[in-house]
Parts: sequence; structure tokens; C-alpha cells
Amino acid sequence: MAVLRRDLLLTLRRPAELMTTLFFFVIVVSLFPLGIGPQPELLREIAPGVLWVAALLASLLALPRLFAADHADGTLEQLALAPQPLSLSVFAKLVAHWLTTGLPLTLLAPLIALQFDLPASATGVLVVSLALGTPIFGAIGAVGAALTLGLRGGGVLTAVLVLPLYIPALIFGAGAVEATLGGLEASGHLSLLAALTVFTLAFAPWAAAAAVRISLD
Amino acid sequence: MAIHWFKYASPASFYGLAGRLAPWFAAAAAVATLVGLYIGLVLAPTDFQQGDSYRIIYIHVPAAWIGMFTYLVMAGWAAAGVVFNTRLSGMMVQALAPTGAMFTFVALWTGAFWGRPTWGAYWVWDARLTSTLILFFLYIGYIALRASIDDPRRADRAGAVLTLVGVVNIPIIYFSVKWWNTLHQGASVKPGSSSMATVMLAGMLVMAFAAWMYTIAVSLVRVRAIIVEREQHSAWVGELLDARAPDDAPGTSGGVAGSKGEKAR
Amino acid sequence: MNWSSFSDFLAMGGYAFFVWMSYGVTALLVVAEVAWVVRQRRQSLARARIQRNIREWSSP
Repeated sequence: MAVLRRDLLLTLRRPAELMTTLFFFVIVVSLFPLGIGPQPELLREIAPGVLWVAALLASLLALPRLFAADHADGTLEQLALAPQPLSLSVFAKLVAHWLTTGLPLTLLAPLIALQFDLPASATGVLVVSLALGTPIFGAIGAVGAALTLGLRGGGVLTAVLVLPLYIPALIFGAGAVEATLGGLEASGHLSLLAALTVFTLAFAPWAAAAAVRISLD
Repeated sequence: MAIHWFKYASPASFYGLAGRLAPWFAAAAAVATLVGLYIGLVLAPTDFQQGDSYRIIYIHVPAAWIGMFTYLVMAGWAAAGVVFNTRLSGMMVQALAPTGAMFTFVALWTGAFWGRPTWGAYWVWDARLTSTLILFFLYIGYIALRASIDDPRRADRAGAVLTLVGVVNIPIIYFSVKWWNTLHQGASVKPGSSSMATVMLAGMLVMAFAAWMYTIAVSLVRVRAIIVEREQHSAWVGELLDARAPDDAPGTSGGVAGSKGEKAR
Repeated sequence: MNWSSFSDFLAMGGYAFFVWMSYGVTALLVVAEVAWVVRQRRQSLARARIQRNIREWSSP
């Protein structure tokens, strides 16, 4: 709990980093109409994929924040030596990370969805799917970020390791929004996504803790 | 029995074992390749639907199988490394990865050249091709991670975690891609799914066997190189160097000479 | 035997480009990998030898 509080405070004390991630999300999404053209039907059709991929990339960019600073100042080593299991500390860090990355992205998404003329029903599903999906990005990303701690080319390397593993979440999440757009029921997609979230949150902190220990040795 | 196995878990004794076994696997691979190519390219009849373009199946399907299978074997070694903390495990994972990546790439490449005459496009987002592409990304990730870690022990352990995370995700990826594919009603034509003649199946199985043997032979030779590289300061490598002729004539080692037979392919 | 002549075999019923591009690139990759592994093996031994010589010369 102390870890959670500390991480939250540290991030909130430097809101610029958080804002940069959000602006990145907004800018990337805005590039697509400029690159493709402003036809509303076309935009509506690509919106689920574009919004999801942009949220995914924004989450990816935020990953170094998870461990890098703590690795540099030795906090991570203290956590590894602390009596409570490291996987629990990693989980707390993930919650703090999600509250300052995934949650703002999720809340921002409906605003961006306006740019793509997304109907209200699809926007609602978008918010739910992002709320379920962004924890997966953080959790799997934590494994990648922990494995690449202190390595040259860390950021790009993390992306190469982690992006293929993001694909199922992307498929179910964007698929849910797309299904709603097509007038179908999104619950199938959403329940699969929720199952994936639970599964990932159960195992990823554990793998990330192992990866942190490897990188600290 | 367990003692026997753990004896070979030490790199020094595995080095000798790998050297003795590699030529046999290489020979098996060479023979099976020749037999498989003969069955596939000469004996097997032309497919009545796809004409002779279907003959790509003899490398496409075995390559896809072995590419997938090699990743599972890597994960097995990685798990063994985590559980028993043996140094050999990490070396085996490292030795298997390039060959697995190569076969996965071959599966994609031949898939493209099979897809063109069959589907009219080099690439379609078919579920199996897409999963194979993602598998290729996983291999690239492992190789990239290893390449950027200088300490081999850390690379072993980090690689093991990544491989295990990857192997847990493979079924999820496969399922999600399949689901995505059916929703978008992508290309659902499955070439070769119609009842296959026995000769064709035989050719495919023989080629798969050849690819399997080849993978074992190449990774054994590669693991020997990795072992020597990592243990160069140990006494047994010194003895090994003493035992060999001072000028290292190429092809003196059985493993190397045997795998040259593969060029027949 | 499925082919009446060797040129018939090479033509692959009109699919020569696709079939031989597949087989050719596969063969190329296999040959390249074998060559790479052989080189890797030779280099590992050569490097171990150099390291040993350095050790022997540097210690009295």
C-alpha cells in the first residue's frame, strides 16, 4: 500500500509526464483523419482500431516510468529486499501506474471519439473496453520494462518484446467497439477481454517480479 | 536415470554428447530431405485443383510445424532452466532460437508464394498466416533481448522469462486471431484441406521429419560453439584445445562435417 | 514418375516462379545457416585458443 501511495504521489507531483502521454494519445489519433481524409463513414469505420492502437502506443510510451526511476535511485532494490513479496509491490506499482495512465486515457477516449463521429453506444463500449484493456497493457508491459531495465535501446526493445503480446487485447477490445458499430452485441468480446484482464493480472506481476530480480542481479 | 540426465546437464559433458550425436542427426536430415523431395517433387501427382503450385506444401507445412514446435521446445528448456537452474538450458534456448525463427520465416515466405496462385494475393490475413507472423515477432523479440544483454547469465534468465511469457500467450494469440478472422470473414479457403493423397501426406511427413532432424543437428553444433565461447576459461576447454590439432582444420569435427551434407537440399 | 521431361519438371505446370522461389529461398537460408553455424563453431574455438595463449603468456 505504501508503494501505491508513494508512486501515486511521485507521479502527481510531476503532472507534465502524465500530460505528455495523454497529448501523445490525442495527437496520434488526430493524425489519422489528416492522413486518410475526413469522410465521416470512413472515419467511423476505422475509429475502433485507431483509438485502440493509439491508446496501446500511449501506454507503451508510459512504460519506462514504471521502473526506470526506481531502478536508478535504488528504491527497486529495497523493494526486492523488503519482507513483503516483490510481486505484491509490483502489483501496487501497476495499480498506481494504471490510475495515472490507463484511467486518464480511458476517460479521455470518449472526447476523442467525437472526432470520429462515434455513436454513443459505441463510445460507451469503447470506454468499458479500454478500462478492461489498459490494465493488460500495463501488466504485460511491466514484464517487458523489467526485462529491459538498464539495457541500451531499452524503450524500442520493450516495444519489440511487448507489442506482439498486446495483440489479443487489441483484437478483443477493438472488436467489441466494432461489433457495437455493426449493431451486434459486444458482450462476447467484453467478457473475453475481462477474462484476459483477470488472467494477465494474476500472472504478469509474478513474471514481472522475476524479471526485476533478474535485472537487479 | 535422473542422475544420468543431470550428468549431461553440465555443459562440459553435453559438449561431447552433442558432438557425437550431431552427425547422426545431420545425416538423417540429409537423407530425409532427399527422400522427401523425391516423393514431393517427382513421385507425387499434380493436384487436380491447384496444379503444381501445391508442391510448396512440402516445405510450407513442415516449416510452420517446426517453427511452432521449436518455440515449445525452447519454452521447455527455459522452464527446465528456471526449475533446475542449469546453465545448459539457457544455452539450448539460445541455440534453438535462430533455427526456429528461420523456419517461421520460411513458413511465411512460402505461404506468400503459395497464396499468390491460390488466393490471388501474396498476403492475406488468414488466421494461420497471421499467427505465424506473430510467432515470428516473438522469435525476433527473444533474439533482440539476448542481443542487447552483455552478461550471458542474465541473458539466459531474462530470455527464459520472455520465452515462458510468450508460450503462455501463444494459445491466447492463436485463439484471438482465429476469432478475429472469422468475424471479419477473411480468406477461409484452406488450400490442401481436401482429402490428401497418401503420397502427398507421406512426402509432407518425411519433409517434416527432415526439418526436425535438421533443427536438432544445427542447434547441437551451435550449442557446442556457445559452450566453448562461454566456458573458454575453464580447464576442460583447455584440455579440449590441447587434444585437437594446433591448426584447426575445418571439418575435422564430426558435427561440422556431417551438417555439410545439408547443402544437398 | 510424374514428368515427361526435365524441362517439364522445371516448368512446374506453369507455376515455376512460385514453386522455385519457395524452394530456392528455403535452400538458400538453410545453406546460409549451416555456413553460419560452421563459422560460429570455428570462431569459438579460435577465440578460446587466443584467450588461452594470452593467459599463458601473461602468467610467469
